[in-house]
Amino acid sequence: MESVHTFESEHEATSTGLPNTKLAMWLFLASDCLLFGALISTYVLYRGASLVGPYPSEVFDIPYTSVSSFVLLASSLTMVLALAAIQRGEMGRMRVWLLATGLLGMTFVGGQVYEFTTFYREGLTLSTNLFGTTFYVLTGFHGTHVGVGVLMLLSLVAMSFTGRITPRDTMAVELVGLYWHFVDIVWIVIFTVVYLIPTGK
Amino acid sequence: MERADVREPASPTPPRARGRTVRHPSPKEYVRIAVVLAVVTAMEVGIYYAKISRALLIPLLLILAAIKFVLVVLWFMHLRFDSRTYARFFLIGLAGAVTLYLVVLLTFRAFSR
Amino acid sequence: MATVSVPAEGARGGLLRRPTATTGFWSWITTVDHKRIGILYGITAFAFFLIGGIEALFIRLQLAQPDGKILSASTYNEFFTMHGVTMIFLVVMPLSAAFFNYFIPLQIGARDVAFPRLNAFTYWAFLAGGLFIYSGFFLGGAPNGGWFGYAPLSTVEPGNNMLFYALGLLMTGIASTASAMNLAVTIINMRAPGMTMFRMPVFMWMALVVQLLLAFALPIITVGLFQMLFDRRFGTHFFDPAAGGDPVLWQHMFWLFGHPEVYILILPAMGIVSEVLPVFARKPLFGYEFVVFSGIAIGFIGFGVWAHHMFAVGLGPVANTAFGISTLIIAVPTGVKIFNWLGTLWKGDIRFTTPMLFAVAFIGQFVVGGLSGVTHAVVPADYQQTDTYYVVAHFHYVLFGGAIFGLFAGVYYWWPKVFGRMLNERVGKLNFWLMVIGFNLTFGPMHILGLQGMPRRIQSYPATLGLGIWNMVATIGAFLIATSVLIFLLNAIASFRRPRDAAADPWDARTLEWSVSSPPPPYNFEEIPVVHSLDELWHRKYAETEGGVVVPVPAGGAGTDPAHGGSGAGPEGHGAGGHAIHLPGPSYFPAVAALGLPLIGYGVIFHLWMAVAGAVVLLAGVYGWAIEPASE
Repeated sequence: MESVHTFESEHEATSTGLPNTKLAMWLFLASDCLLFGALISTYVLYRGASLVGPYPSEVFDIPYTSVSSFVLLASSLTMVLALAAIQRGEMGRMRVWLLATGLLGMTFVGGQVYEFTTFYREGLTLSTNLFGTTFYVLTGFHGTHVGVGVLMLLSLVAMSFTGRITPRDTMAVELVGLYWHFVDIVWIVIFTVVYLIPTGK
Repeated sequence: MERADVREPASPTPPRARGRTVRHPSPKEYVRIAVVLAVVTAMEVGIYYAKISRALLIPLLLILAAIKFVLVVLWFMHLRFDSRTYARFFLIGLAGAVTLYLVVLLTFRAFSR
Repeated sequence: MATVSVPAEGARGGLLRRPTATTGFWSWITTVDHKRIGILYGITAFAFFLIGGIEALFIRLQLAQPDGKILSASTYNEFFTMHGVTMIFLVVMPLSAAFFNYFIPLQIGARDVAFPRLNAFTYWAFLAGGLFIYSGFFLGGAPNGGWFGYAPLSTVEPGNNMLFYALGLLMTGIASTASAMNLAVTIINMRAPGMTMFRMPVFMWMALVVQLLLAFALPIITVGLFQMLFDRRFGTHFFDPAAGGDPVLWQHMFWLFGHPEVYILILPAMGIVSEVLPVFARKPLFGYEFVVFSGIAIGFIGFGVWAHHMFAVGLGPVANTAFGISTLIIAVPTGVKIFNWLGTLWKGDIRFTTPMLFAVAFIGQFVVGGLSGVTHAVVPADYQQTDTYYVVAHFHYVLFGGAIFGLFAGVYYWWPKVFGRMLNERVGKLNFWLMVIGFNLTFGPMHILGLQGMPRRIQSYPATLGLGIWNMVATIGAFLIATSVLIFLLNAIASFRRPRDAAADPWDARTLEWSVSSPPPPYNFEEIPVVHSLDELWHRKYAETEGGVVVPVPAGGAGTDPAHGGSGAGPEGHGAGGHAIHLPGPSYFPAVAALGLPLIGYGVIFHLWMAVAGAVVLLAGVYGWAIEPASE
């Protein structure tokens, strides 16, 4: 383990010594727990309650979704490597890792889209049954969060090319990183609770 | 004349921005964590296919998921090395969500249907 | 004189040229000054107060006599729904936000909030949401499913009415969520040197608890509203029994938010009362730590009582008992506050100014509402009370007799600070007495009506039920309230005819906002104050002799000596040392981003391409905002 000198409070003194933006981001992530908790518990509530099919066991492709999960987990690694790079002032490396994270994120979303269209062709829509209702809305919210994350990542890359992101701007990368990891841990829960835990139907 | 309630400033706010030395894991550490995450995921999928009872499967899967969750939060999100304040905020949200929704599910008798 | 710098026009890259106006229409559209944003919130909230009040008058006209014919059933449903939605989301919350925005930086000794442009965005998003909900009246029908929107009525009844409800509240919810992040971080992180958490005014503590309640409760209703929206618009089955769904899920989602929401509504007013009473009793708040801790306890326990709104739904004896107990428990910290306020008044040197009158009335009326609330907590009693006018009486006593009266205390108390003019005291007292009498005449009898069996939410009642007399009394009371509000309006307008010459500290108050001019300069403080104690300003003005006698500190002595932490600056600002104070510059982007929201909303209801356009506008606004430097 090595230590890197970073300035936590770069621009002005604060009462806690912590930067405003990072404090705000953690508070936002804490509140987002309640958002996803509501969606996940709705899914759990209605698990096995669909009156008609298709049912989860009929449409889920666990190997396929596992690959998606690996992709998202890998993107968390590339994200944290991007942060480590800018903390060392290595802007080129940072861009590479940020781009990788964005690409992995886009792969994940692409995989979701493909999965949704497959399910759709197999007869599962938002209005087919409770499974369709709860599944698409939960994973749709998550996918949208990923999409927003991808936009932020690509923006950071673009801004680093135009000189708006300099080695001083570790906080920007750190904040996007926190958001990105959060989206990853939500997926960790969704993958297990929705895909892996069997419904019995 | 003495002021009744004067105390010396507690000085929680330094007059200038101050830098702190914050420990960060090295890239190698991060890769190691990522490998663990991948292995645990593989274990989850493996257990999914194994022929074990629901009563065993569900707690196992939840524990494995929790391990991944904690690893990402503590290392990738840096909570292990950062100020406790961030962790407190996050924990309030997380614990609050789990508690409230568990109660809602219990009122629906979601676990005993 | 301290020099203030604002970014130069067209300064370093941004999508739009940086606005520079400091006066005039565009300066209000682009302002990021927390004080101006507070004024915008206050004026808008007051406008909605008048509209919500008119809705109430129509309701009271309709119910004054049996078999009323003033409003048709469908119109009546819109009016009582909109009255509730308006008063809760478009009046009490934004009025509290007005005070929070204006006074948080001033009371903690800061120059602005943590994220000034986000602050502006929250106002525009709130305005957009409020106007969007009301546009329903002109576009097919205003929300008509009750402010609580119970499914399946809200998801099955034909018409777009409840789409305006869901989408509009999502917009105001975005505003409040963003505001919560902003103000929580401000209070935690931007206090003046020496101002520890326990040297903050109680109003700041209540503000902090409210922001945290908002942050954790709003996501829940966000999901619920999406679920309602999707059930209506996209054929999902969240609350659809025919597909195996359960309408009770909506009730949980709604009340998980809805109960913390009522503490969001009352805590700001409690904070105001905790400021006003000590000033006009010339005594410190009795038991400051107890008032703070009970506020925190109320916030925390407030998340554990939500199903007391669902006692009659059939959750079963275990759930009902648990929530009955938690509801009884929450009465305790509330009671603690009451006793602390009484303790503040006890043996105080009391001046019954208008703000003081409102604050004292708050205590009495809130206790009445609290007592009826405690009777609700007893589950078998609630079976009798629920869905009757007894409940209507309860919540109007706490929300009007409590929150609104507390907010009026704040209006009268802080008016000179915000506008630089005093409100007329005699007219103020007339306003107060008419309002007290009118309020109690309107809602007192509703306890009786409820126990006589008058149900809620009914458009009319037959003459045979014998409910006519008290309903007539209530209607008369309502018109008295309307008169009192009119008198307040006249008082307000008249105050602007006077010159802007109010003193910095006309009430001889205790907290830092009174240490600067009325109104404050744009940068709030010449020098950021160094704080040594609770009620910092009071201790700069007064000290206690050994005999416990309060005596003024001589002017020019320790109180104003910069070395001892005085502000060091009279109006001439010679403590400033001539250094420049950087203020965040104005910006178009918060308003631009907020404009995207109603476009998305109309798009979801009418034409999906418009929703896409709205998303583009929102993204463009956020992008421009992100690229634009926060300050030069």
